[in-house]
Amino acid sequence: MKTRVKTRVKAGVKSRAKSRVESPAVSPGQEAGHRPAADPGPEPEPAPRRRRRARGPRPRPFGLRTRLVLAFLLVAAVGCGTTAALTYRAARNAILEQTQNTAVSAFREQVQGLNTALPPSAESLRDQVLRIARQGKPRTWRVYAEYGSVRISSTDRPTSSVITPELRARAQENAESPHGSFQRVVKNGTPYLTMAVPALFHALSADDTARPTGLVFYAVMELDEEEANVEAMVAAARDGALPALAVALIPALIASRGVLRPVRELGIAAHNMGRGRLDTRIQAKGSDELSDLARTFNESAAELERSVAELRRAEARARRFASDVSHELRTPLAGMLAVTEVLDEDADSGTLDSDTARAVRLISAETGRLAVLVEDLMEISRFDARAAELHTDEVDAADCVRKTLQNRHWTDPASVVLYLAPGIRARLDPRRFDVVVANLVGNALRHGGAPVTVRVHAEGDHFVTEVADRGPGIHPDVLPHVFDRFYKADQARTRSAGSGLGLAITLENVRLHGGTVEAANHPDGGAVFTVRMPL
Amino acid sequence: MPRVLLIEDDPSVREGVELGLRRRGHEVRTAATGEAGLAALGEFRPDLLLLDLMLPGMNGVQVCHRVRESSQLPIIMLTARGDDFDVVIGLEAGADDYIVKPARTEVIEARIRAVLRRIEEPGAGRPGVEFHGQLAVDRAGLTVAKAGERLALAPSELKLLLHLTAAPEQVFSRQQLLEHVWEHSYHGDARLVDACVRRLRNKIEDTPGEPRYIQTLRGFGYRFGPL
Repeated sequence: MKTRVKTRVKAGVKSRAKSRVESPAVSPGQEAGHRPAADPGPEPEPAPRRRRRARGPRPRPFGLRTRLVLAFLLVAAVGCGTTAALTYRAARNAILEQTQNTAVSAFREQVQGLNTALPPSAESLRDQVLRIARQGKPRTWRVYAEYGSVRISSTDRPTSSVITPELRARAQENAESPHGSFQRVVKNGTPYLTMAVPALFHALSADDTARPTGLVFYAVMELDEEEANVEAMVAAARDGALPALAVALIPALIASRGVLRPVRELGIAAHNMGRGRLDTRIQAKGSDELSDLARTFNESAAELERSVAELRRAEARARRFASDVSHELRTPLAGMLAVTEVLDEDADSGTLDSDTARAVRLISAETGRLAVLVEDLMEISRFDARAAELHTDEVDAADCVRKTLQNRHWTDPASVVLYLAPGIRARLDPRRFDVVVANLVGNALRHGGAPVTVRVHAEGDHFVTEVADRGPGIHPDVLPHVFDRFYKADQARTRSAGSGLGLAITLENVRLHGGTVEAANHPDGGAVFTVRMPL
Repeated sequence: MPRVLLIEDDPSVREGVELGLRRRGHEVRTAATGEAGLAALGEFRPDLLLLDLMLPGMNGVQVCHRVRESSQLPIIMLTARGDDFDVVIGLEAGADDYIVKPARTEVIEARIRAVLRRIEEPGAGRPGVEFHGQLAVDRAGLTVAKAGERLALAPSELKLLLHLTAAPEQVFSRQQLLEHVWEHSYHGDARLVDACVRRLRNKIEDTPGEPRYIQTLRGFGYRFGPL
């Protein structure tokens, strides 16, 4: 694109026109050279990670605080950068343009004021060139004259490498125009203004048209001082942006604190609620969205606390009721159980009427079962009330199992087979372990099939007691419920031989020891109950 | 047949136990309160006291203390399982054994026999007096003296001491002692043994905190000596 600047149209050329002049000639390097101020500014510093207070679970590199601070810094950086870039551009244009206009018009005046005889002699041209060179405005310039093949300069070199062929071409083209052309060039990092003004001669005719003489004057002026001014502006803009960013950190931290404190309080409160402290409340002040959230949290917490308290009361009532009922049943049972022997004896003596004898036997037998049921119910209530106590002793596990079976006369090798590893010393409550083994073996003998196998062996820091039978196994639908209270595998069978609490009590006893009990079916048939308890 | 005094406030339990024991040939006297029971002691002269712990007015533990002040009468507590606190206090007060209610008469009678048996059947039939340090143990006369002074030992304490001194320096586990001294099952309440050992130490040791005669082997049990 070629342009001429009509300097006659006075200085203060529209910056738009000027930028059009400038742009084609500007080398990419130059553009890059001027970029700094238009940059978004120095890299936004990563938000300083403040030390988290006590309970912080872990530092989050991209937490809310970091994001808020980054956003603030980004906004500040973009603001600073844009302002700096616009200011820089306007100021730079103003500075360069002023210099440029002054220089171009001064050079043109000098050239027009010349009186040259044509064809010019080298000596006179040198004189003129040196004279113009002395008149440099606003700063010194170097002047070159070109006429045909004649090259005259105000320096020791005949021509300048800064003068581009493009400028020459333009000067040739506009040879009839007195306005001349100019170009900004960067060479070796130094910005130059190059100007070309043709020498015209005015024929003394009516139309007063100027004719080109073929003589063209060039001037080269360094713009480094202007460039230094522009650089200073860039530096000033950058130096202004850094404190601005630092200052932006303060409102960023304040704002993030304002948001994060309620968020953190909410987090702590929710954590406490989760740990069961349902009376946790948050201080809700102000009328922003966060305090609304806090109020909602408080209301929900109060509601939750109410319903949990109600549930707990109901549960405690139910437990106390079961416990009270068993206690109340126990006293009359103690009297009844003490006399069952008397009933049995008389029923067997043959002195009673046969119906009476049957009725008496029934009462005696059922009293015994009732006593077992009430004892089991009381045991379960104690577990529910967490009142069950563990009286541990260090015992030999194999001895313990053997004694349990002996006490219940389950010693027939055809019905109970023992594989007891010797020498396992375990810390357990012998009475409770007795209940566990007796329930499992009793259950296997009743519902499974003989022979029942009892195995005891150590496994790491646990010891395993395994009770397997050769019966039909447990139906898969029933398996998850075998430890449920009063669970009836077979609805048609109204009552089993036990209380229906045996396996539930077994489970609770094992748990009290910190162990586990599992029910499964053996691949070869039969049910297997496995108890794992810590040594 | 032994004479049994039963102190129990609940009429049905009182009557049921009385009926059951009498049917088995025991001579039974009953009392509804601790005060009435203590009053009946001197007159009835029972061989054994069956004592309910939960009594109106003077409770079973207090009765136990009062009885032990003047006599080494065998005492069996009647208690409900779960009243663990009472069991321990009752044992510390000097009871020899306890029975959990409700219980069949055969169970009650078996306990009565077990408690009484240790007095009727002395140790391994080694007559004469054994000396262990300052202790003189007369297996035939069933007496123990320390430095010439006769000690008043409750039946369970005496039998425990006889059992341990029969095999000095041999370690007995609490389960073994439960089976042999109390005729309980292996899985019985080991607190019976611990409470009895504590009571015995208070009577025979010079400093009960540092026992010489009855030593504890943590994790294994108890042994007599070595002195």
